[in-house]
Amino acid sequence: MSEAAFYPALTEIFREVFMRDVALRPDLTARDVPGWDSFKQIEIIVALEERYGIKFHTRELDALGSVGDLARTLAQKTTA
Amino acid sequence: MAGLHWLPEAQDWRPRLAAFAAEPAWNGAVALANLRLDFVRTNALDATVRARLGTSPPTGWATRPVRLAVLGSATLAHLHAGIRVGGLRRGIHIETYENEYGQYWQEIGDPASPLHDFKPTTALLALDGHHLAAGVTAAMAPEDAARALDEVVARVVACWHGLRQAFGCHIVQQLPLPVHPTLLGENEQRLAGSRAAFLSRVTGELRARADAEGVDLLALDRHAALDGLDAWHDGGMWHRAKQEVALAATPLYGDLVGRLIAAKQGRSFKALVLDLDNTLWGGVIGDDGPEGLVLGQGSALGEAFSAFQDYARELSRRGVILAVCSKNDEAPALEPFDKHPEMVLRRADIACFVANWSDKAQNIRAIAEALNIGLDALVFVDDNPFERALVRQELPMVAVPEISDDPTTYPRVLADAGYFEALAVTDDDRARSTQYQANRARDALKETATDLPSYLRSLEMKLIWRRFDPVGLQRTVQLINKTNQFNLTTRRYTDDDVAAIMRDPRAFGLQLRLLDRFGDNGIIAILIGRMTAADDLLIDTWLMSCRVLGRQVEPTSLNLIAAEALRLGARRLIGEYLPTKKNGMVKDHYQRLGFVPLDADGSGATRSVLDLGAFVPRETFIDVTEG
Repeated sequence: MSEAAFYPALTEIFREVFMRDVALRPDLTARDVPGWDSFKQIEIIVALEERYGIKFHTRELDALGSVGDLARTLAQKTTA
Repeated sequence: MAGLHWLPEAQDWRPRLAAFAAEPAWNGAVALANLRLDFVRTNALDATVRARLGTSPPTGWATRPVRLAVLGSATLAHLHAGIRVGGLRRGIHIETYENEYGQYWQEIGDPASPLHDFKPTTALLALDGHHLAAGVTAAMAPEDAARALDEVVARVVACWHGLRQAFGCHIVQQLPLPVHPTLLGENEQRLAGSRAAFLSRVTGELRARADAEGVDLLALDRHAALDGLDAWHDGGMWHRAKQEVALAATPLYGDLVGRLIAAKQGRSFKALVLDLDNTLWGGVIGDDGPEGLVLGQGSALGEAFSAFQDYARELSRRGVILAVCSKNDEAPALEPFDKHPEMVLRRADIACFVANWSDKAQNIRAIAEALNIGLDALVFVDDNPFERALVRQELPMVAVPEISDDPTTYPRVLADAGYFEALAVTDDDRARSTQYQANRARDALKETATDLPSYLRSLEMKLIWRRFDPVGLQRTVQLINKTNQFNLTTRRYTDDDVAAIMRDPRAFGLQLRLLDRFGDNGIIAILIGRMTAADDLLIDTWLMSCRVLGRQVEPTSLNLIAAEALRLGARRLIGEYLPTKKNGMVKDHYQRLGFVPLDADGSGATRSVLDLGAFVPRETFIDVTEG
């Protein structure tokens, strides 16, 4: 799947985690979203892991900076 | 899989949560908590409840609100929502507190601490495995490791004492997840300074001490064994956030806490209401009749149904009440309980039996009334999704687990759901199943019995014999075709062959069932005899299950054969032995029973004879009846 294909699922997961709609775009970072702290970050990660049956590696998590990074990493992990 | 798999799926979750948020009510919150929520939805429900209904307990609930202090030395924040929702699921309001990071010990001991302001009614000591094994290393001498073990256990027990003294509260001790990799491997216990071995010793000690101290356990080690450590612990998230319990497992973790608290308040479920067709047995009794049911030995499916019945019976023996709720006419629904040889559950095991054509919600109401317990004490198991949905809708307080069409999974579903969580077996529980009170393990009895005859006598064995019949046909044919060891002739017969024996006036076929004080051993022997032209009775087939060797079934069987032979007018019994690779154990069977060798052939086959004129029935400790 392409990166873009993950945005609907990411939007749904952000909506459930933050309990409101979050307009996602590739350059969106934790600084831009009120409440996106390290705990919410873990919730998003684990929710994605559960949904796609994948496991993020520590290096991959450390390298995540933006929503675009998240979509790119997902695309790599789900096609590999 | 560390999830809430017995709860129904949360369909239309977003609109339902939104509807609750728009018109918040506590019963609506309880209904949402009883859906299969993952951690994200658990968090969302918890946050919505707190935002809309506040953090004070509701009024008018029959349960006591709980103030729960979660105490530990790692991250605890991610556990609260699951615990509060776990309480909500059982109609119990839980307010939670956690100590300042790592400060559980100081807060217990300091009357000025926020813990003392919180005044917990329950304390959950959620100490993680890394903390409990801190400082332990493979470089340790065994005596140092032993001292460290004593210290750790003493510190935990001191926490219990401190909590009890300060708050007089209910204490729950978490047993840690086995998070340490091994250093030796399978025989890790031989390295005194192994953290894995140390933690397992701590766990063992705490188990013993908790019982002595009246502390209840949250046995995460057991869940790691059930679901796999990876379902419960995420090494990456431990390093990243010091979460010992993985986020994905927190709804189940919270449910475990919720069920312990419910059990403490006497709010565990009390009765198991069972559907019949395709729940307790395979098939439909009204269509298939007793002989058409898939139940018991002979097929994997039949054995799975028997195993589920056995689990239900075991639950009843520890105090869970059993009831039946079935859409059937009553008489045919009852018949298997009274007559089917493979039924594990008997009529006496069922406290309330309802079989009619009314809707199940109405019948379940009647069952609650008859048993004089609340609807919220009932668990209803039915393979039919329609009936489950109906009962959930009409009676939301009744627990209705999601089950598949595979009975193999039913015991695990009930166990995982923890409906009947109990902290002790009370006198009431025992009284509930007095008829089983005398039952002890057969092996334990064997140990105390001083000699074989007194053991055999103490077994109170009862042999019920019956001529071949359609209900037992399946089992008869199965035994004939699979018994290899205790089988004198190893003749294999089909259904038609067996049916022919039933019709033959010059032959007999007997099925023998053995019961003892521990229960029913099922059909354990098959005997077939045929009259010869010379008016001898030829023992065509004599086979027996090896499980009942040494229990005097053999001489008892001979008595039955002799009686049948005399009835058919025989003067002698002819016993044949046809050797196979597997039946050497019965080579001297007839000699042992007093038969005299008649002839033999080159292949090792022998025939022996017993004169019925001089035959005296053997005395045994088995009470024999026809039935």
